[in-house]
Amino acid sequence: MKQYLFERKNEVFWQEFEASLQVLSQRRGHRASLQSTEPFPNQYRQLCHHLSLARARHYSPALVNRLEQMVNAAHQIYYRRKTHLLASILVYFTSGFPQAVRREAKWVIVSSLLFFGSLLGMFVTVLVSPDMVYTMLDGQQLAGMESMYQPGENRIGRERAADSDFEMFGYYIFNNTSIGLRTFASGLLFAVGTVVILLFNGLYIGAIAGHLTYIGYTATFWPFVAGHSSIELMAIALSGAAGFKLGFSIISPGRKSRMRSLRDAAKQTMNLMYGVASMFILAAFIEAYWSSMSDVDPTVKYTVGIGLWVLLIAYFIFAGRHREA
Amino acid sequence: MITDGNLDTVFNVQTPEGIELPLKIAGFWSRSLAWLLDFLIRAFIYFVLAMILTQFEKLGMGLFLILIFVLEWFYPVLFEVNNQGMTPGKSMLGIQVVNMDATPVSWTPSLIRNILRTVDFLPLLYGLGFLTMLLNQRFQRLGDLAAGTLVVYKPVKKKEASFASVSTTDLTFDLSLKEQQAIISFAERSSTLSNERQYELAEILSPLKNTHVTMTPDELMGLANRFLGKS
Repeated sequence: MKQYLFERKNEVFWQEFEASLQVLSQRRGHRASLQSTEPFPNQYRQLCHHLSLARARHYSPALVNRLEQMVNAAHQIYYRRKTHLLASILVYFTSGFPQAVRREAKWVIVSSLLFFGSLLGMFVTVLVSPDMVYTMLDGQQLAGMESMYQPGENRIGRERAADSDFEMFGYYIFNNTSIGLRTFASGLLFAVGTVVILLFNGLYIGAIAGHLTYIGYTATFWPFVAGHSSIELMAIALSGAAGFKLGFSIISPGRKSRMRSLRDAAKQTMNLMYGVASMFILAAFIEAYWSSMSDVDPTVKYTVGIGLWVLLIAYFIFAGRHREA
Repeated sequence: MITDGNLDTVFNVQTPEGIELPLKIAGFWSRSLAWLLDFLIRAFIYFVLAMILTQFEKLGMGLFLILIFVLEWFYPVLFEVNNQGMTPGKSMLGIQVVNMDATPVSWTPSLIRNILRTVDFLPLLYGLGFLTMLLNQRFQRLGDLAAGTLVVYKPVKKKEASFASVSTTDLTFDLSLKEQQAIISFAERSSTLSNERQYELAEILSPLKNTHVTMTPDELMGLANRFLGKS
C-alpha cells in the first residue's frame, strides 16, 4: 500500500486517538476515563500495528515520527503505575517496614554495632579520662552544649536561644532527617561515607553524653534525651544499614551484575528509608514537644523513654509476621 | 529511518507490543541548564518564603526550616512524579525523566535518584555525577543508575510537511528504499531550506539521471510525491 492511501485510510482513526490522548494525558482525566474509554487498549495496539507497518514499509520519516509520537504518549498513559496511597501507607507501617528491617537484619546489626559501639565507647572513655572530649569538640562548642543543659533552665534543648517548640521541631526535621538521608546516600561510595558518618555521629554523641554526665548535668541532660533517644538513634542506625546494603550491593553483587545488583538493592533500601524518614520526623516531634518539657518528673520521662525503646524493638521483631511480604 | 542509532544518542526501548521506541538521551548541557533553572527557582522561593515567614518570628522560622528541608530533598520528586517526569527547569529545556522501559517515573525511582543526588554532587558541583555520565552510554548519573531512570528529550511534534503543490515526476529506473527515503526527507525538509541550499542539495543527486543536467528541487519533490503514492 502506498503511503498516501495508508494515510487516507487511517487519518480519522489517528485523529480520534489523538483527541482521546489529549483527554487522558490530563491528570484528572486519567483516572476517570481510562476505565470508561474501554477501546483504548485495543486502539493502542492498533496504533502499534500501524507504526510497525509504517516502519516496515519505509514510509516517510514524517509519518513514522508522528506515529511514534502517538505510541510514545499512549505508552506513557497505558503503563502509568497506579497507587492506592492511603492503603499502601497503612500496609507499609503495619508490616512492610518491620519486615524490611528484619530482612536486612545483617546490615542493621553491623550498622548498630558501629554506631552504638562508638557511642558507648566514647561515653565510657570521656567518663574515665574527661579530656578526651576535646578530640570531638573544641572549648567553644562545649561551652555552648553546657549552657544548653545548665540545671535551672525552664526549657532545655540543643539551642539555648530557641524557646519556641515549633522552631525546634522545624530545626530537628531539617537537621536530623538530612543527616539520616546523607548517611544512606553516601553508602553508594562503597559504604565508606556511611561508615564515616556513623562513626562521627556515634563518637560525637558519646562525647557529649559523657562530658555532661561527668560535669554533673545529669538531671537536665538524661531526662531530655530519654524520650526521643530510641526513635532517633535507631533511625540513624537504620539509615546506616540502608547505606551498607547499597554499598555492598556494588562490592559483592553475588550472581547479579553490579548494575543489576545496585538497582535491586536501591529499590529494597527505599523500603527501609520510607520508615526511617518517618522515624526522624516522629523523633523531632517528641524532641521538640515532649523532651523539652521541664516540668515533667524525670522518672516519668525515663519510664516513657524506656517504654519507647521496648515498643520500638518489639515492633521491629514482631510486627507484620503474619503477612506475606 | 535513515539515522542509525550509532551516530545519535538514541536508546531503543522495546515495548510489550513489540514496538521499538527510540528515546533521545539528554546530554550534559541541557541537564545542567535545567538544574540551574531549578536552582534559581528554588532560590527565589526561599527568598519569598524568608520575606513572608520572618514576619511570624519563631513559628515562621520553624516552618521555614521544614519547607527548606522538603524543597531541598523533594522538590524534584514532587514534580517528576506529578508532571510527567519534568521539574520546571526540565520542562523549559524540554527534557523529562522516564524509567528505563520508557514508562513514566513513579515515587520510588524518583526518590532514589533524588536522594542519591547528594553523592552525585560530590566532591563539588556534580563532579561524580558528571564523571559517571561520561562513563556510560546513556548519560546516567549515579542516582539514575541506581534508580534505573533515564533523562530523555521529550518528543516534540514535528510540523506537517507541505510540498503537495508540485506535480509528479516520472522515473525510468529503480531506487533503493534508502534512496527513496532520502528524497522524501528532502521534500519534507525543503520548506526549512533556502532556495540556494535546495539547489545545492539537489545537485548531489544529478548522477541519478545519468545526465549532466542538474535535478531541480521541483523534480525531486515530484519524485517524493510519487514515492508517497500521491500521484
